[in-house]
Amino acid sequence: MPFEVYIHVPFCLRRCGYCDFNTYTAVDLGAGASRGNYANKVIREMELMREWQDAHGIDEPPASTVFFGGGTPTILSADDLVAMLDAIRRIWGLAPGAEITTEANPDTVNEYTINRLAEGGFTRVSFGMQSAVPHVLDTLDRTHTPENVEAGVRAADKAGLRSSVDLIYGAPGESLDDWRTSVETAIGLGVNHISAYALTVEPTTKMGRRIAAGTLPKPDDDDEAAKYEIADDLFSKAGLEWYEVSNWARPGYESRHNLGYWRNVDWAGFGPGAHSHYNAHAESTGVPGMNALRAWDIAHPRMWATTINEGRVPWGGSEEIAPDENLEELIMLGLRIREGLDLNRINQAIASAAGADSNGSSRLNPIDPSRLGTMVDEGLVTLTQGSGDAGAAGVRVVPTRKGRLLNDAVIERFFELAGI
Amino acid sequence: MVAQHNQPGSTDQSLIRNFCIIAHIDHGKSTVADRILQLSGIVPEREMRDRFLDRMDIEQERGITIKSQAVRVPWTFDGTEYTLGMIDTPGHVDFTYEVSRALAACEGAVLLVDATQGIEAQTLSNLYMAIDHNLTIIPVLNKIDLPSAEPDKHAEEIAGLIGCEPSDVLRVSGKTGEGVSDLLDQIVMEVPAPQGDPDAAARALIFDSVYDSYRGIVTYIRMVDGELHDREKVHMMGIGMTHDPIEIGVISPDMTRTKALGAGEVGYIITGAKDVSQSKVGDTLTSALKPATEPLPGYRDPKPMVYSGLFPIDNAQFPELRDALDKLKLNDAALVYTPETSVALGFGFRCGFLGLLHMEIVSERLSREFGLDLIQTAPNVTYEVTSEDGTEHHVTNPSEFPDGKIKKIVEPMVAADIITPKEFIGAVMDLCQENRGQMGTMEYISADRVEMHYRIPLAEIVFDFFDQLKSRTKGYASLDYHEDGEQSADLVKVDILIQGDKVDAFSAIVHRDKAYSYGVMMTKKLRELIPRQQFEIPIQAAIGSRIIARENIRALRKDVLAKCYGGDITRKRKLLEKQKAGKKRMKMLGHVEVPQEAFIAALSTGDGSNDRDTKDKIRAAQKTEG
Repeated sequence: MPFEVYIHVPFCLRRCGYCDFNTYTAVDLGAGASRGNYANKVIREMELMREWQDAHGIDEPPASTVFFGGGTPTILSADDLVAMLDAIRRIWGLAPGAEITTEANPDTVNEYTINRLAEGGFTRVSFGMQSAVPHVLDTLDRTHTPENVEAGVRAADKAGLRSSVDLIYGAPGESLDDWRTSVETAIGLGVNHISAYALTVEPTTKMGRRIAAGTLPKPDDDDEAAKYEIADDLFSKAGLEWYEVSNWARPGYESRHNLGYWRNVDWAGFGPGAHSHYNAHAESTGVPGMNALRAWDIAHPRMWATTINEGRVPWGGSEEIAPDENLEELIMLGLRIREGLDLNRINQAIASAAGADSNGSSRLNPIDPSRLGTMVDEGLVTLTQGSGDAGAAGVRVVPTRKGRLLNDAVIERFFELAGI
Repeated sequence: MVAQHNQPGSTDQSLIRNFCIIAHIDHGKSTVADRILQLSGIVPEREMRDRFLDRMDIEQERGITIKSQAVRVPWTFDGTEYTLGMIDTPGHVDFTYEVSRALAACEGAVLLVDATQGIEAQTLSNLYMAIDHNLTIIPVLNKIDLPSAEPDKHAEEIAGLIGCEPSDVLRVSGKTGEGVSDLLDQIVMEVPAPQGDPDAAARALIFDSVYDSYRGIVTYIRMVDGELHDREKVHMMGIGMTHDPIEIGVISPDMTRTKALGAGEVGYIITGAKDVSQSKVGDTLTSALKPATEPLPGYRDPKPMVYSGLFPIDNAQFPELRDALDKLKLNDAALVYTPETSVALGFGFRCGFLGLLHMEIVSERLSREFGLDLIQTAPNVTYEVTSEDGTEHHVTNPSEFPDGKIKKIVEPMVAADIITPKEFIGAVMDLCQENRGQMGTMEYISADRVEMHYRIPLAEIVFDFFDQLKSRTKGYASLDYHEDGEQSADLVKVDILIQGDKVDAFSAIVHRDKAYSYGVMMTKKLRELIPRQQFEIPIQAAIGSRIIARENIRALRKDVLAKCYGGDITRKRKLLEKQKAGKKRMKMLGHVEVPQEAFIAALSTGDGSNDRDTKDKIRAAQKTEG
């Protein structure tokens, strides 16, 4: 099982109106959680985490991917980012050819930063482009210009880093043509990877409040569906294939880090609010029947830093993922990706969840591929014969474009089929 | 406690005064009754609990009295101890018959009117009923302690109605107790003593009957003639049943066993009756050994006026619903129900109610006391339908409406009395006209309030007439209605089809003129309430095989979470689990998931009938008639 590392950087120059991430515009949040000292706190957290893993018999391999997300990681100096990467190298090691990504706000990177990151071992930059249309960027409260993005991508190219851009569709006031412009501009940058997200309006954000008050129009599902189809058409025409609901890449340029989430691997998350996931509890401890674990760091940076200062892993909460919940996660994650849902793996998970049900009253039942005919006929999924993890040929269920757009409905149908 | 001289069973009729209090909901009847109990000394101050007489929770919360009770209250006036029988009457239109029996048990009535509000339609109707029963009326204005009270204005209004001087109208405050002892003196002076024959065979009027889980059926009676003794076998003359009494007594204010009850007295009797249908309001109770020959006048069986289907959302709860109805029936002789099967809603019961409030109370008790999750279908009245071939159908449910050509349909009518401030006369006239009302007379009961009389089909009243009346008169108008024969009318059944399949729970019998707007409104409303699904869902309204309105729920195109990274997984899984639980509360009609709200929506027309789209569609629907 691969092991991945995520580092959350909870600082931004300003908060965008649609954003509900755990991020802060203050420079110093107390207890040592300041921009200047942040890397040191994270490195200390890594050491504490490693101690916890050792104490619990969890022996992770060298990290295969590292991802810096935010907030705005590039608000920190490149030296700080590299220092955190160095710490990972020291504590867990980095697998050969490891993918090391940072998100970057086009405002906050320049050639110097990019070069420094490349020297330090980074391999990939993901730019928050969002849109190429000024009035849309304005609605999204973004301060960068389309030119900033281009400069960033060029600098990354020069330094030998891969780049990706993020786009958002469905902002109030964005027309279909506006969206086409953004998609075409992104493709024109020559990047190998593009993520495109439907704007999700969270009620607690400034945008959410304005929509609730009726001063901004509500995003429309049909409009977003049309935009998804536009993006999917244009990207694939340009050679960028979908590999996850919201992600497109030239083959071989997928984000391995993010694929790890959908493949349900192990990862350690550092920084306020970051989540960690340990599948392999049972495998590495040799104790059968132990459940997977998910834990998340304390969300507020000051409380988070205080706990680290006291020498404890700063988890704010955790959940043991029971076998039936693990099954639900495998289904909902597997149905997002092009490699599809591995029916063998799902049926194994069903068998183990049914077996874990102590009173034997489980209503779970394995999914027979012959029962998927209706969903195939409805154009929601296709079935492929792939090679399973164990080398045995297994059926994989891959959502069609319609199945991607109606992903929740497809997931629910699988829950029903499995008797969840 | 004050020692009482007059003992039950041996109190001379000349010392007895039986009265009731006629008041509108919220006009403070219970508060005044509480003060009376307190002043008489039978409820010690420290035990005084607000609204002592209202026992059921729902009654306390809604501030209305469903079940009347009778309390024996001592009151000394001019050195003589009198025995007052205070009979608490229900205040709502659905319980008119119960009110009339309570009135028949009294010689006097206190007309209690809120000095800030003035008299309301239901009060007026009960007042007229009291006058019909030759009761002595004692007019009283309550809540005079409130700054917004206008006692002079309302005293004049009352004086005009009952023909007294404004100065004869007493003024009290149930809250502070001011004026209440004067009221009791007035009752002794004005209300006539009972005039029954103490030596005749015993005759007692049953004016209420309640189920108590410890005591069984408690029957409230007013002795008219003769006397009844402890352990004397009794006979119900109307239903022809004989019971062994377990106990007789008076309420003062708790149930107190006595040896006897004499002519003119008010008390209770506990028999072995299993439910209240064995001890019916209005019946005459007599001695089984020395029976009277003639029953007291006025007995009749309560007749349901309004029907509605009750279905458990989870069909597995059907046996629980049956048990719950059986329990309610113990206490509610007017509730009738028979099993019903709906294609859309599964197994449930067709229930008959006295009226809308009765219906609301029953469904609220089912959900509150029995924890049942129910879908209630739109209420409807009973129709007598004659097909062209001459066969007759008694229709209590749209699904019983015969197919094919109809010769004649007869529907029940009510006489409706509406009191409203004069500025809303126009609004009330419009509303009544829209609901096929025929205007009768209209009288000014004061300078700025009028009483309007209409004859309206009951079917219109049971829909959402009352809500509409309240909303169009800013809550000022009040309504009372009573049965007033029947009429034949041009009615049609409108069916609603979802994906081409008729949904029986949405069918309605409506007047032909309204069928089009009903069809348009229902289809539009369902389009709003049914969530988009993976396929297109046509929703149609039809009369017979003729489609009169159509809406389309477009297929859902997008239902996916944009981002699902490491930190989103738990939240996403929980959301999916929640959605799954939410689906359990949806009804599957064919392949279509329909939320509960859709069934509730059928209960009212709501607003929004004036937008252009609706008007165009109604016009188009009317054109479908060739």
